[in-house]
Amino acid sequence: MDIHALQQIVHKTRDARRKQTIPKFSPADRDALIEKYHPDFRKKAYRPIRFGPNADEQTVIELATLLEGDSPIPENLDMTPHYQTDVLVIGGGGAGCAAALHAHGTGAKVILATKLRLGDSNSVMAQGGMQISVAPEDSPVTHFLDTLKGGHMQNDHALLKVMVEEGPAIARWLIELGVLFDRQSDGNLHVKKGGGSSKPRLLTCSDYTGLEIMRVLKDEVLNQKIQLLEFCAAVELLSNDEGHCTGAIFKDLDNQRLVIVAAKSVILATGGIGRLHIQGFPTSNHYGATGDGLCLSYRMGAKLAHIDTFQYHPSGAVYPEQLIGALVTEGIRSEGGHLVNAKGERFVNELDTRDVVSSSIIRECEESRGIRTMSGRVGVWLDTPLLDAEHGPGTVEKHFPAMMLQFERFGIDISKDPVLIYPTLHYQNGGVKIDTNSETNVKNLFVSGEASGGLHGRNRLMGNSLLDLMVFGKRAGLTAASRAQSMAQGKLTLQHLRRFRAEAKQHGNPSGVISPMVLPAYTRKVS
Amino acid sequence: MTQEDTNVIDQPEVLKPRMVSIEISGKKYEVPEGITVIKALWYTGQEVVRGAGCLGGFCGACATYYRTKDDPKVRTCLACQMAVQDGMSFTIMPPFPARKATYEIQSLKDPKQDLFNLYPEAPLCRNCNACTEACPQKIDVREGVWKAVFGDFKSVSEMFMDCVMCGMCTPVCIADIAPNLVALYVSRAQGAHFTEKPQGLETRIKEIQDGRFDDEWNKVLAMNEKELADHCATVK
Repeated sequence: MDIHALQQIVHKTRDARRKQTIPKFSPADRDALIEKYHPDFRKKAYRPIRFGPNADEQTVIELATLLEGDSPIPENLDMTPHYQTDVLVIGGGGAGCAAALHAHGTGAKVILATKLRLGDSNSVMAQGGMQISVAPEDSPVTHFLDTLKGGHMQNDHALLKVMVEEGPAIARWLIELGVLFDRQSDGNLHVKKGGGSSKPRLLTCSDYTGLEIMRVLKDEVLNQKIQLLEFCAAVELLSNDEGHCTGAIFKDLDNQRLVIVAAKSVILATGGIGRLHIQGFPTSNHYGATGDGLCLSYRMGAKLAHIDTFQYHPSGAVYPEQLIGALVTEGIRSEGGHLVNAKGERFVNELDTRDVVSSSIIRECEESRGIRTMSGRVGVWLDTPLLDAEHGPGTVEKHFPAMMLQFERFGIDISKDPVLIYPTLHYQNGGVKIDTNSETNVKNLFVSGEASGGLHGRNRLMGNSLLDLMVFGKRAGLTAASRAQSMAQGKLTLQHLRRFRAEAKQHGNPSGVISPMVLPAYTRKVS
Repeated sequence: MTQEDTNVIDQPEVLKPRMVSIEISGKKYEVPEGITVIKALWYTGQEVVRGAGCLGGFCGACATYYRTKDDPKVRTCLACQMAVQDGMSFTIMPPFPARKATYEIQSLKDPKQDLFNLYPEAPLCRNCNACTEACPQKIDVREGVWKAVFGDFKSVSEMFMDCVMCGMCTPVCIADIAPNLVALYVSRAQGAHFTEKPQGLETRIKEIQDGRFDDEWNKVLAMNEKELADHCATVK
């Protein structure tokens, strides 16, 4: 099967397709489609969690197993801390850096611990942009309503209102730090339209928005000389007699030593779970995205929200094999790129919400209108050359340099040839339930970014994640710092772990795994 | 024909991948042709902690030196973005101990002049072009360093938008410049000091502070579920 021969249908049907308009689904049709094809609705992939704060609630088997997993820490561990700090930030991505910088800005002592290097995170890979209502015809209320609609009306209203209202101030903060957002000729911020949004609202830095923001934030963390513990993976939290969070235990990945950090308040910003490859999906996620923060918070007694829903980004690369799961930015569809099946037909409005677009791609493939690669994967075409045809030669290269380069390395010119895509596991819609200050139901335990839950409802709109990170990272940082100022360091105990283990034992220790996972098990067992 | 249905993987390329010989840090291994350098490490049973990051070509964690068969030239790549080929030899590059200057970006008085205090080695570029050749992102690094020194901060910030901070430009510099760090300083200075403040953004911040949307918020937040869903449907 020659993939280049199969591509011809895309070139042949391009002109005819350009005259077409594909209407969006009616709410009823949309729900029916999602229920039939979205991976969130595959019942056999789910099971109830047996115990803990979300006992009897459904989630994917991979996550349930980790949540019920046992800690690697013995209960008789010597609790003499190696470090003492006001605020301990766990995670070095966007939310972690924002939290650390804001906490540090108040004068609090901050330690930022991260499993890999500072900055290693999904944030750095965010290409599409950051939603902030800055356009005159837009408003925070419209941003709120769009997000709510995208989230199937399940979003936490209070969190969402905070996010959309604080967005513009966050943009100003980033600009002051030197982030170079794309501009219009009059100096105003250039805004693009994202899937599911009624107004153009995406702030972008070429197609490197996350990279540009993270370069700056990382640099700023270093400039502020915030204390770092790199290659230190959090493996357990610490609690006092009342169950309040008082610090964390890390495993130094360089020498396997356990490191104990006493903290007055703890911010978990550990990101999502793409690397669990739930339901066997490839993922667009960072190497470290193994959901560690969820396990740690859950053992501590923090309640999780919406952990039965995940985002499968419609366009993960299916070819070449080396790029499997890598994102083909939604920006391509925002600029008019068509999705095309093996028969050369469009089958969905490309700017519908991600769950709808993903479901319809899965439908095409399951109903044998997909294109099969020589390694047996299936996908549909994304007509990237259309952008040059529509907006003039050079458009793809100018607007999507990162994408161009990524495919060019494998000899594919996406401005001339369409790319093959299939949904890839992209985002965890839910997470640890937080209030508007990013605090969980466990006192002094804050969670922000992808590890937190409630804000996005059952489906996240493009560009809302970067904003989520910054707004709730900031709020976590400020609240955790002010909390730390007004209290003494709590006792370091593992009482919560004793309680969790007792509960697990009652249920027959169902999981049989040690959690958190820390890094995915990709290393082949060589016999 | 679903992704899950493994029965469709009946192609010879998948059932019996062609094996190639490679060298990892001087030791020989056989791995399937076409897998990425990082996957080759996993395939040979090696755990990767340092040297793996986003796995998508954006973070620079997997900066790698490699050489192909019969070619003496040592090249650079990102291990997650490069496919192995027969006779290839590679080693992941450890982080280079480059000096990063620290500064308060907002309180810089004369950022173009400050460059020479923060990175005094920057004007010593000897034009050898090794940095440009080392860049896996195809940035004209040498040109960028020159432009930085001559104060063309705008061009530098545009040229280095692709920079993943892998740092491969640094160990090759005969003048001990860390071009990626120079460019990062220059880009931040460009953003913070030489780029117009967006007026629309300031207007929006003020509108929110002044409560311009309060009535609308009150209306929306008072709605019941049904009313809210209907209202959302009217947003076009």
